Amino acid sequence: MNGFMAILLKELAHIRRERATLFFAFMVPVFQLTIFGYAIETTIEDITTVVYNLDGRQDSRELVSAFQNTRKFNVVEQVFSEAAFEHAMASGRAKVGIKIPPDYTERLLLGQQATVQVLIDGSDSQIATTALNSASLLGLHKSLERGFAYAESRQAAVARDPAGRLTLPIQIRPRLLYNPDLESAHFFVPGLIGIIMQLVTLFLTSFAIVRERELGTLEQLFVTPVGRAGLMLGKLIPYALIGFVETLIVLAVMVFGFGVPIQGDIALLLLLSLLFLFTALGLGLLVSTLATTQLQAIQFAFIIMLPSILLSGFVFPREAMPTPMYLLSFVIPATYFIEILRGIILRSATIVDLLPHVVGLAVCCFLSLTLSVARFRKQLD
Amino acid sequence: MSSPDSAVIVADRLTRRFGDLVAVHDVSFQVSKAAIFGFLGPNGSGKSTVIRLLCGVLRPSDGGGSVLGHDVGQEAEAIKRRIGYMSQKFSLYADLSVTENLDFYGRIYGLGRPKLRQRKEELFELCGIRPFARQLAGTLSGGWKQRLALACALIHKPEVLFLDEPTAGIDPVARRELWDLLFELSGRGVTLFVTTHYMDEAERCSHVGYIYLSRLIVCGKPADLKALDTVTPRGVRRVEVTCPHTATALHRLRALDGVRDATLFGERLHVLIDDALADARLIEAIGEDATATEVRPIAPTLEDVFVTLSRSEAERRKS
Repeated sequence: MNGFMAILLKELAHIRRERATLFFAFMVPVFQLTIFGYAIETTIEDITTVVYNLDGRQDSRELVSAFQNTRKFNVVEQVFSEAAFEHAMASGRAKVGIKIPPDYTERLLLGQQATVQVLIDGSDSQIATTALNSASLLGLHKSLERGFAYAESRQAAVARDPAGRLTLPIQIRPRLLYNPDLESAHFFVPGLIGIIMQLVTLFLTSFAIVRERELGTLEQLFVTPVGRAGLMLGKLIPYALIGFVETLIVLAVMVFGFGVPIQGDIALLLLLSLLFLFTALGLGLLVSTLATTQLQAIQFAFIIMLPSILLSGFVFPREAMPTPMYLLSFVIPATYFIEILRGIILRSATIVDLLPHVVGLAVCCFLSLTLSVARFRKQLD
Repeated sequence: MSSPDSAVIVADRLTRRFGDLVAVHDVSFQVSKAAIFGFLGPNGSGKSTVIRLLCGVLRPSDGGGSVLGHDVGQEAEAIKRRIGYMSQKFSLYADLSVTENLDFYGRIYGLGRPKLRQRKEELFELCGIRPFARQLAGTLSGGWKQRLALACALIHKPEVLFLDEPTAGIDPVARRELWDLLFELSGRGVTLFVTTHYMDEAERCSHVGYIYLSRLIVCGKPADLKALDTVTPRGVRRVEVTCPHTATALHRLRALDGVRDATLFGERLHVLIDDALADARLIEAIGEDATATEVRPIAPTLEDVFVTLSRSEAERRKS
């Protein structure tokens, strides 16, 4: 721990002089949160749709409005030839194409099955899935309507409600907990906070030692009796402070800017954020000891950031990942922290509920710090 | 040199390899207390590596050494407390002020607040940097940067000071002033180990060592080195030739029988010739206006010593 205070005071002096670093540390996360928070919108509506109606009579027009009324589909074009229909899809003007056959009305009247073709552009799987589900559901719904009408005419019923009206024999009554309005901000913003915290602290500390190596001041430090742990921790604590203040800022933006309230214990949240900060700072220092130039440090930091974003469950649900990727997600500190963030912020989870994640994060923290101190040698070879 | 027990720096068959490259090969020497040891050699000859080995920043691959009685391989941290090091390139924090840099190094060496204040006062005085106390280190000019670097290296009153090309790239006046400072320190009992390219600086050292292609070729007092037989062998004398066209004269002299070596020194030539070769023959060989050509005997300079020794070493290795 030799020289810890000396390094700490020096780093604080550097930070005070380096206004750009402070800006990067405090303002950039707020920008990022705002931009990402608004841009990531998973509720899909108004999928552009082209209609090729070969029938054109009352029933078929009703079907088209039924599609439009789901609000999932937005009919942007009516075409009158097969070629125009195909072109609308191929050109990307429409993601969905609805083709109603010429005998649609006749078949319904005759009690035969009428087939409506729905073409879906599968390139964007999220949009395609939504279109697929909504279209199938619409078909089912329309069929049920006709079934009810038929049953009514024959005075038969599978099930009736207390008022005597026809109803479905089995009713599924879903209730959404924690995020009843299914607002994507509630899901994404807490995760985003974890990602942004890691991004800023990782980059700030990555430079901490590499910069001194490039400037030649590290060599000068090597000939002093400064201790390994003193040097590392002295560099880490100031950035931990910055990271903590930054956490408070982004949490405030989340609560007041995005209207995502913190349901759980704020003190627990801050405590665990601190644990995560030290983990990320440890990773930054590790990068700093591996890289010999600042450019390399940036590249290493990106290599660490990428899996943290993709595999931590921030974007894609971990449960849906192939086994190797799922296993890999366990060595990513952000995985545990994002679970903790969502748990405390959305579900009011307690430390007991989150214990596996807290233990996982603590192990990551211990490893990243000990590895970086062990990697760092006070010699030039 | 002096007896081993008063030797402050000892290198004993010191060797350092980087992969296949042998940067320092079998280097042995001793430096006694309060000496100014000038360590010379061309670029890439291993000067900086020797300093790094002695400061405990690099481990020797073979052999060893000690500084102030501490082994360089085993007790590096003990050495670091008692030495100062000033590197070749400016390695202070440019965005910190002069005072902040001094404070930082003072704290690193664990100086308490009163002690630190006292040392800063002394160093402001000694190095003359008081007027710049609040200025950012990066905005100082070259000479003042070096003085600040020296002050930082001295903050903990080291007993040995290693300086790696301290005067590289600074103007002659600043160079002279820095050397005055070094003499002052040596007078106070600090042992100095200085690497340099400048021969005039070498002449000021109490002892010099010359390293060439990773090996220490010669080591001793400047006067002793100039008297070496290998520098001016028996039956050979050293003369200085002044003439109007030194470049052409150099070629002609080198072609002349009995001329061992000829080197250009500014507007003069230093020529090593057999005793038997008369001055008149030289003048005749140059073939220019005899009245404008002058030959006079000289003692070798340190530069002569090093040039001669590196040439014979290069030839010895070739054969």
